[in-house]
Amino acid sequence: MNLAQTRIGQIVTVAHVAGEGSFRRRLMELGLVPGTRVEVVGIAPLGDPLELLVRGSSLSIRRAEAEGVSVSLGEAASAERKPGSPSRTPGNDTLAARGLARSAP
Amino acid sequence: MTQQALTSVSAREPAPAQGAPRTPLVLLIGNPNTGKTTLFNRLTGQNARIGNYPGITVERRSGDLTLRADGPPRVVEVVDVPGAYSLSARSAEEQIALSAVLGWAENPRPDLCVVVVDAGQLARNLYLVTQLLELDVQVVVALNMIDEVRDNPPNAGELSRFLGVPCVATDARHGTGLAELERAIGAALVLPPRSALRIDYPKPLERDLERVSAALPNEWRESAPRARALALWALTSIESDDELHGVAPALRTLCLEVRAQAGTRDIDHELIATRYALIDAELPKLYPRLETHPKKRKTSERVDRVLLHPVFGFAIFIGLMLLMFQSLFSWSDPAIRLIEACTSQGADFVETHVPQSILRDLVTRGVIGGVGNVVVFLPQILLLFFCIGILEDSGYMARVAFLMDRIMKALGLHGRAFVPMLSGFACAVPAILATRTMERQRDRLLTMLVVPLMTCSARLPVYTLIIGALFPPSRVFGWLPVQGLLMIAMYLFSTLITLISAFVLGRTAVKGRRIPLILELPPYRMPSFTGTLSMMWRRAAMFLKEAGSGILIFTILLWALLSFPRPVHVDHSPLTAAAIHQQGSLAPKQQIQANSAPAATSVRGPSAIEQSYGGRLGKAIEPILRPLGFDWKIGVGLIGAFAAREVFVSTLGLVYGIGDADENTTPLRDKIRQERKVDGSAAYSPLMGLSLMVFFALSCQCMSTLMVVYRETRTIRWPLFMFGYMTTLAYVASFLVYQGGRLLGF
Repeated sequence: MNLAQTRIGQIVTVAHVAGEGSFRRRLMELGLVPGTRVEVVGIAPLGDPLELLVRGSSLSIRRAEAEGVSVSLGEAASAERKPGSPSRTPGNDTLAARGLARSAP
Repeated sequence: MTQQALTSVSAREPAPAQGAPRTPLVLLIGNPNTGKTTLFNRLTGQNARIGNYPGITVERRSGDLTLRADGPPRVVEVVDVPGAYSLSARSAEEQIALSAVLGWAENPRPDLCVVVVDAGQLARNLYLVTQLLELDVQVVVALNMIDEVRDNPPNAGELSRFLGVPCVATDARHGTGLAELERAIGAALVLPPRSALRIDYPKPLERDLERVSAALPNEWRESAPRARALALWALTSIESDDELHGVAPALRTLCLEVRAQAGTRDIDHELIATRYALIDAELPKLYPRLETHPKKRKTSERVDRVLLHPVFGFAIFIGLMLLMFQSLFSWSDPAIRLIEACTSQGADFVETHVPQSILRDLVTRGVIGGVGNVVVFLPQILLLFFCIGILEDSGYMARVAFLMDRIMKALGLHGRAFVPMLSGFACAVPAILATRTMERQRDRLLTMLVVPLMTCSARLPVYTLIIGALFPPSRVFGWLPVQGLLMIAMYLFSTLITLISAFVLGRTAVKGRRIPLILELPPYRMPSFTGTLSMMWRRAAMFLKEAGSGILIFTILLWALLSFPRPVHVDHSPLTAAAIHQQGSLAPKQQIQANSAPAATSVRGPSAIEQSYGGRLGKAIEPILRPLGFDWKIGVGLIGAFAAREVFVSTLGLVYGIGDADENTTPLRDKIRQERKVDGSAAYSPLMGLSLMVFFALSCQCMSTLMVVYRETRTIRWPLFMFGYMTTLAYVASFLVYQGGRLLGF
């Protein structure tokens, strides 16, 4: 599933970020890297944009861009012991696992 | 990682100017919403100098800070760098932060960067800090908003140990920790702190970095760490279609090549995830407990449940916006009237005490009138920026953008464009100044270009005159007043055209690249009144300084246009002499009347304005205005209206020889109604009135607007474009209304 398909209150874990080069980078720089816990805090009354809680900070993005962020339901705490599962980018498995192990509270 | 203090720094500094040592330069840099500007105001005592960054119209604010602790007082210059989440950039605008930090692109080279971080949001804020440290620049961290995390305060000492640079806990809003910060700044200027932070990236990325850093220009390689950091920057910022400045073609080619050769590797992910992994690993040591959902966010989310509610949220939103609009529209009125009264009193005073002369008229009509034309904008500018200050400071402005983004997006605009657009209903000048609350040049420009289409308050006197004079006070269906309906229709019409124009211009003239929205809803906070007052003052002062002189000069030019040649005094300029000769000497006024507008001579003597250059210009353009249903008198009124739309009314009054006419003056209305063509039919029909109102709705009859756009864009191109497109739009629309109406038999 992707971020645009989530409901208010759901907690998800980022699996992969797709999208146009610089915007994808911007999302990741704002903390949306694979393995990150994201809480869907709200959706604007007119249906767009979405308000997310990422790394303790607010982040709102439009639905069109949220569609590029694939997520899995639930927190990633368990993924800590399953190296490689959160990242679908080949070649980065160990790296993602390292990031995860440290981000999981 | 240990704190490394290098004593020898001279080798890397540019040679100081001869004589006195230059004032040290300190940058304040940080993510948006970290209280950076509040800290700047606290440090510099609000004595900000406002300019622009070299080559780009992004505001650069600087001020002086006097360091008093430890030794003799010394003055340092502080610059408030625009908020940024990251140094990587794809546009010239985003590149400012990096250029300011490294002293590139004619920016002065800073001696120290004070990174302002939100103590409650280190997880995100430290990303920028790691980028700065990698660049090998001198850094001091201000751990700001420490008052908001009293229940879970981060450990400044631990952070300092991690980063290898001094970290000071501050609360800029209440002024705590500032003495310590100033002491840290003073110490860092003497003994520059140098972090030993080095992030190890995955091996393949490290190899890419080596390749790229070998290709960097010499001035990018002041130290090995900086070359490496800039290689990282280049690798993640340069794209085939970026809009960066100062990137050598060879470097661009290489970066694109390296990215292409990465194949299935994801360079952005390798880089960003590694930085976050480092930060995440450190967080448990920085905070007493790790919170995924901090308390201050929960509090503001509870407020948002009401303020962003589909029903109550919108009701409150509409209420607040109406309140703001009401204050701009009505509450500013007494102040505006007072200013107008003062200018007319001033002019009267001069007129009663100085004998009649051209010079006296220049002073009363040109200079005093011009100053009045400038000052009259102040009440609305001050009120609008008071509202904006409160909205921004409280955190509600981000909610306005959040609520309205869906609608603004459809027009190709940013959610933040809503407040400037709404302000356009009061006056385009403050509304254009308000576009500075938007980050991106493209959004600002597009908003600026369409805001003058909104029905501003200066159009109302014109509409009132036309409707009052040409439309009967009858009712439709027995109860709907025609006059009121027309007024509402004009508002709807202008709003519709504004929205369509935004849609079209956003896809043509200001195409640019549409950048996806990224919005942060900051926690709600008590607005700071001192900060708001200082912003109001800054905006007003900037308007007076930058746009004031231009408006004054244009007022004088327009006065001259409508006053020369003078009917009484004969001066000896060849042009005037020729004009008099041409008119004949016996009854020049009657004669010109008889030549060009025979029907208009019936009831009155001609006016001075008619013989002026402006009057002649009005006659000269009559053939162009005819298809719209206007005669030369309306033409003269249009020329006068360029000073400000409502001047149309008094100029038309002068054409008819009625002094001090306003929109409710009965004689003026009667004159308009009684005006006859050659064949005896009414010169001004309701259809012509409608055409004229449409013309006023769409044309750019406002030199102040053009002047402010010129000041905000720093180029003559955009004001000219604005004048061109609006005049064309007005002409075509009026033409269609008038000719279409005639075809339909009106």
